[in-house]
Amino acid sequence: MSEFIVKGTASETPVAAPHAHSGASVGRTMGLVALALLPATAFGLGQFGWPAILLFTVTVAAALAVEALCLRIADKPVRPYLMDGSALVTGWLLALSLPPSAPWWIGVLGSLIAIALAKHVFGGIGQNLFNPAMVARVALLIAFPVEMTSFATQAPLWSEEALGLQQGLAVTFGGVVPDGLTGATTLGQVRAELARGLELGPALASAHDPLRSALGTIGGSLGETSAVLLLLGGLFLLYRRVITWHIPVSMLGALALLATLTHLIDPDRYPDAVYHLVSGATLLGAFFIATDLVTSPVSKTGQLIFGAGCGLLVFCIRTWAGYPEGVAFAVMLMNACTPLIDHYVRPRVYGRDRRGGPLEYGDETGRRP
Amino acid sequence: MRLFRIRGGVHPDDRKHLSNGQPIERLPLPPLLHVPLQQHIGSPAAPAVRRGQRVAKGELIAHSQGAISAPVHAPTSGRIMGIGSYHAHHASGLSVPTITLQPDGEDRWLEGTEGAPDPFSLDPDEIAARVSAAGIVGLGGATFPSAVKLNLRKKYRLHTLAINGAECEPYLTCDDRLMRERPGQVLDGIRIMAHALGVSRILIAIEGNKPEALGAMATAAAVLGASGAEISVVSLPMRYPMGSEKHLVQTLTGRETPARGLTADIGVVVHNPATAFAVHEALRLGHPLVSRVVTVSGAAIARPRNLRVPLGTPVQWLIDQCGGFTVEPARLVSGGPMMGQPLPSTRVPMVKGSNGILALTAAETRGREPSPCIRCGSCVSACPCGLLPLEMAAHTRAGDLEGAVRLGLMDCIGCGSCAYVCPAHIPLVQYFNYAKGEMAARGRAKQKQTETRRLIEQRAERIEAIQRAKREAMAARKREAASRPRPQAKPAAAESEVGA
Repeated sequence: MSEFIVKGTASETPVAAPHAHSGASVGRTMGLVALALLPATAFGLGQFGWPAILLFTVTVAAALAVEALCLRIADKPVRPYLMDGSALVTGWLLALSLPPSAPWWIGVLGSLIAIALAKHVFGGIGQNLFNPAMVARVALLIAFPVEMTSFATQAPLWSEEALGLQQGLAVTFGGVVPDGLTGATTLGQVRAELARGLELGPALASAHDPLRSALGTIGGSLGETSAVLLLLGGLFLLYRRVITWHIPVSMLGALALLATLTHLIDPDRYPDAVYHLVSGATLLGAFFIATDLVTSPVSKTGQLIFGAGCGLLVFCIRTWAGYPEGVAFAVMLMNACTPLIDHYVRPRVYGRDRRGGPLEYGDETGRRP
Repeated sequence: MRLFRIRGGVHPDDRKHLSNGQPIERLPLPPLLHVPLQQHIGSPAAPAVRRGQRVAKGELIAHSQGAISAPVHAPTSGRIMGIGSYHAHHASGLSVPTITLQPDGEDRWLEGTEGAPDPFSLDPDEIAARVSAAGIVGLGGATFPSAVKLNLRKKYRLHTLAINGAECEPYLTCDDRLMRERPGQVLDGIRIMAHALGVSRILIAIEGNKPEALGAMATAAAVLGASGAEISVVSLPMRYPMGSEKHLVQTLTGRETPARGLTADIGVVVHNPATAFAVHEALRLGHPLVSRVVTVSGAAIARPRNLRVPLGTPVQWLIDQCGGFTVEPARLVSGGPMMGQPLPSTRVPMVKGSNGILALTAAETRGREPSPCIRCGSCVSACPCGLLPLEMAAHTRAGDLEGAVRLGLMDCIGCGSCAYVCPAHIPLVQYFNYAKGEMAARGRAKQKQTETRRLIEQRAERIEAIQRAKREAMAARKREAASRPRPQAKPAAAESEVGA
């Protein structure tokens, strides 16, 4: 009966229970997010051709490089942190939110802002208040409005008018913008037409085709165009329980509700819910950006409030503010509210009432008098 | 029967197939038994034997001390080799007072051991007294003296006895096998306890992954027919921590136990099937608690088994009888993997509360280096108590224990669901255990301080009183002296004359 001594535990601090784990890890979570983004991304890259492929590659590579650099400066272990995939997803989301024909330095500068400024300055993974990709997008939009609002009309790789690799290189790295290759997004065009004094009906007729928006054969940011593929990715995340339904449903619900109400009141001024849901970054935002784990509330009720706030703000910005699209602004404003929501909206503790006192039952059972 | 939902919880892989096909077996006696004096919550028992003394099986070797305590009996017949200290069945690896017994191989019961012919004719107090004398404690792992729980009827209005056969911890199959193999005896113990508690309803709750146990208990209850309390056998949904007493009662009744309270506050007392079996043996046969059923399992064990072992049997002996290790285990656990304690070595004895000995490989524990929290909220969703584990851990890490308490640290049942799902592998339970321990230590320090202050004040008062008494006595003497002026004044005058 030779006795066995467990390695490590006798001399070190005992390992507390549980002695089992679900197998969840940050890397796996990020991997699933990337997988969910894949269809919409592949579609976007194909649809916008070489410039998009080059911009995407440069942006993601820059994000990883900046992450490695920041980790080294912060004296954190580079490999494990880099392998957790968070920088990959940040760079990926940023690339998807850029105009596909944007020059390379937009991607690099965006990655620098996202990773260094919005993430590591706050203390690295888990510590950032705002969604890094959206901080970068908003900073770029304000600093470089021309580059950030010149959208290429699609020239899919499989079509006649597709750009070759050389032309693609010229667009991304040479600053060349071929004539007749820029168009507007649905939201931008409708907004412009309305500003010119046009009625909503004709404006929509020229710019908005719900079916094309759903499929994604429209102009826009690199990865936001295909509503159907983004929805597919979102459903995959729900199925794999990376996200829960609370934020997407409350965000899309609030947006659709407001759009429907205003549309019913004045159909000539306010477009319907479908227009809002399939245009712009609505679905990308609802499933992939607002649901960012770090910057959204932790309780389910908090997530409902957060999502509804995002939907409300998206609607207000699109309808009344100076920008045609407002997902990035809306999410960032709600990110700022997250600590407040988390402070005030907490689950009820077992055995206690909402105010924190022990539950009381006014009947026969219980302690004898 | 209608069941109610509990919040949160997780679905760990139950791994019960490793041992749930193995019937309960007895082992040959080991060369030495190390029987600790504290195998229960409360005060340790005090030795009642001398070194070298011969004892029979079931003979009292240490008697209980205080209101919450339990006696210890000889697990077999033999000779007391020593009353000293031995490795505790505990993560710390420290030594605790232990009686060492050398079995004589006869396994002879104490003469005159007999049970009550009809326990149902006994007074509830008498039943509780016998349960107490038999050293029975909660065998689900909590080891709270069972008699104290049987006496709750004096303070609470009770209506239901719930039997916690959830066995929601992965790997463990000892309660499952006991209910399958001895349903009649388990049910008898349950009915005796219900009689002692004076309740009209018995709910035998078993998780749905144990259909044989559910069937066996239902058959036993049906055979009994309608006599005494109404008995229902309930199939519970499979979700950890269904076996948490408060969550079990919520599932059964829809009511949450008020914070800082007992399930008795809502009229329910919960006992474990193994405890019921022990009560049956104590009342019917007069046998005290000297052995228990334990599951020896895990991927590192060659032949996982369910064993009925005398208390004090070395864990290494159990493992040897299960074919030893196939590979070197990464962790040795007493209890289940979700809430069990890590054991530093196999050189520890079996105690009343150990329902499992698990030798787990690294592939089973899936341990990893912790990384920073990403605020994903998985822990919040998993918490069955509605707490915010991530915030509590952050406060604890920053040293703000009061902050952690405000967030509900003391409402945490330590089930480990949060740490089980944490993608960052943060040892949340470790943080909470540390914080709870530290708060308890602070509480004790504060109590000691108040006690010291009280003693100092009392001493000051006492001294003050003595001095006051002295002063008064002196004053009284003076007054006395003053009231008898003549005889005293004269010598005083004479003295002064002399002096002059």
